[in-house]
Amino acid sequence: MSTPTLPDRSGHFGEFGGKFVIETLMPALQELEKLYNEARNDPEFQKQLKFYLEHYVGRPSPLYFAENLTRQLGGAKIYLKREDLNHTGAHKINNTIGSALLTQRMGKKRVIAETGAGQHGVATATAAALFDLECDVFMGEEDIRRQALNVFRMKLLGARVIPVSSGTRTLKDATSEAIRNWITTVEDTHYIIGSVVGPHPFPMIVRDFQRIIGDETKQQIQEAEGRLPDALVACVGGGSNSMGLFYPFAEDKEVKMIGVEAAGHGIETGKHGASLGHGAVGILHGMKSYLLFDADGQITEAHSISAGLDYPGVGAEHSHFKDSKRAEYASITDQEALEGFKLLSRSEGIIPALESSHAIAQVAKVAPKMKKSEVVVICLSGRGDKDVNQVADFLGEEV
Amino acid sequence: MSRIQKRFEWLQSKSEKALVAFITAGDPDLATTQELFSVIEESGADIIELGVPFSDPLADGPVIQAASQRSLKSGTTLKKIIQLVSDIRKSSQLPIVLMTSFNPVFVYGQEAFVKDAVEAGVDGVIIPDLPPEEAGEFDALAKTRNLDMIHLLAPTSTPDRIEMVGAKSRGFIYYVSLTGVTGTRDSLAPGVEEKVTRIKQATALPVLIGFGISGPEQAKAASECSDGVIVGSAIVRMIEETPDPAERKEKLKVFVRSVKQSLQARK
Repeated sequence: MSTPTLPDRSGHFGEFGGKFVIETLMPALQELEKLYNEARNDPEFQKQLKFYLEHYVGRPSPLYFAENLTRQLGGAKIYLKREDLNHTGAHKINNTIGSALLTQRMGKKRVIAETGAGQHGVATATAAALFDLECDVFMGEEDIRRQALNVFRMKLLGARVIPVSSGTRTLKDATSEAIRNWITTVEDTHYIIGSVVGPHPFPMIVRDFQRIIGDETKQQIQEAEGRLPDALVACVGGGSNSMGLFYPFAEDKEVKMIGVEAAGHGIETGKHGASLGHGAVGILHGMKSYLLFDADGQITEAHSISAGLDYPGVGAEHSHFKDSKRAEYASITDQEALEGFKLLSRSEGIIPALESSHAIAQVAKVAPKMKKSEVVVICLSGRGDKDVNQVADFLGEEV
Repeated sequence: MSRIQKRFEWLQSKSEKALVAFITAGDPDLATTQELFSVIEESGADIIELGVPFSDPLADGPVIQAASQRSLKSGTTLKKIIQLVSDIRKSSQLPIVLMTSFNPVFVYGQEAFVKDAVEAGVDGVIIPDLPPEEAGEFDALAKTRNLDMIHLLAPTSTPDRIEMVGAKSRGFIYYVSLTGVTGTRDSLAPGVEEKVTRIKQATALPVLIGFGISGPEQAKAASECSDGVIVGSAIVRMIEETPDPAERKEKLKVFVRSVKQSLQARK
């Protein structure tokens, strides 16, 4: 397996990825790739990035041994990679700080982003405020309703939130609209995409900015356990927190990787977001990857209690990991995710994001079957404050 | 010689510029599309471009997105559109080009699509999200069956890309007149003439201008430096805004004629 050298020169991860976009964007993607490669090899850029990650984001994030949860589940030792403790409360900011620095380097003054749960929108608005960039965030009307608090946060940070009313009015349509806007404004605007999706070089850039999750974990687990973990578990919507955790371990064959997709109302109902587990290969948003679509190739609606997993596609490198069997992909229903949400809140005093709750729920299933000497790392990709109202609604409690 | 090529030779012999008229197939249903095809043909269009509806058309503005939605609602599929073309071919020899996002074609099966489309009488395809870099497999299949793969160039295209796309495209070059998505604009984007002149130096293919052409004045202006124009959103909007079938045909006839006439006037 040659993962570290992927994507190849044409932007493919095996059969997946690529640049399936209109000609208008092709020159910008080529320019971005060139500029990113220069930045990546520029010590000054890396120094700047490191500075902001340490002093602004608050990295490194702790790798916390969840002793209570471990005891309660009665199996493997469980560690939490605490991305929820980052500034803005999720892993998304690792990418937006890097991408905003790239934007500055390109001399562009405006950024756009799509957002589902609002975490990436908030992280982009934050980086835009920090680096004095104009910022427009595209968000589906359905998600605006579900995530009112994050909408207000973005506005406070000086961003414009642009409601998207087309299609299913969720992350898929917000992404489509952001790409359309980029087609129109590409000459002075950079698109800060929120996950390891989209046309090359975005999946590579976002992965590289998120790999700090896995790089830190590798070092921290060595310090704590003197060895690598037996399994890594992370939720997968587009797949950026999971790719960030997984990628640095790709060559460590003894480390099992488990991505957790949204099973929504249940796979059998057809209302889910499990592109890898139950989709097929197609082309959407500039990439070839596993997607959800009908017999005629029309993209179908994804379903998940968590806006961040409510996406009918997935990053191309995950598709490659699936087909090459480097990672396995499970799915967790809305109901199970809620149980995971409550479980971590009660056992550790940590309220997880609904997205991350899928990973918790998966570990609650597998950890009891593992040996006590085995070690599992969960990427706690975000904190759950944003989801509290929705969960209360779901549980029928007045707030 | 392909129907598209023949048409351009005929236009050249008459010193006319080409009018490509776009409608979304199945908007609001396929029976209407078949009727409107005849109206547009009789009104003087040189090539008809049938849009294949897609749930997430990234290059389209609100007008054509809405048309796609109406079409999907009425149950249009790529298979039915290919069938429609074969029905149309019983009475028409006008060049037909399909414009589609790549996913419906990929899911149909590239080889099966090329075979079925060509047998039905499709002359060319425009797949905006399949640039030459990703089109290797499709292009090879299309070439063996003489299906023209029409590539796009844009205001952002670099000299290198103009050379490359110019060499890969067949049938004609679709020049996207503006940095943006489909939809009518009040005036022709600046810099079009300079760019089209450059493209024409790089390729012997006809170069047509699309995106943002709203009526006869812009069509005429755009045709000064090019081989013709593609009009889409203006026609689609007219179809949307005129629910009465008789009135719709009449309006469409008048509009298509007026645009075609602006392309006939000799310089």
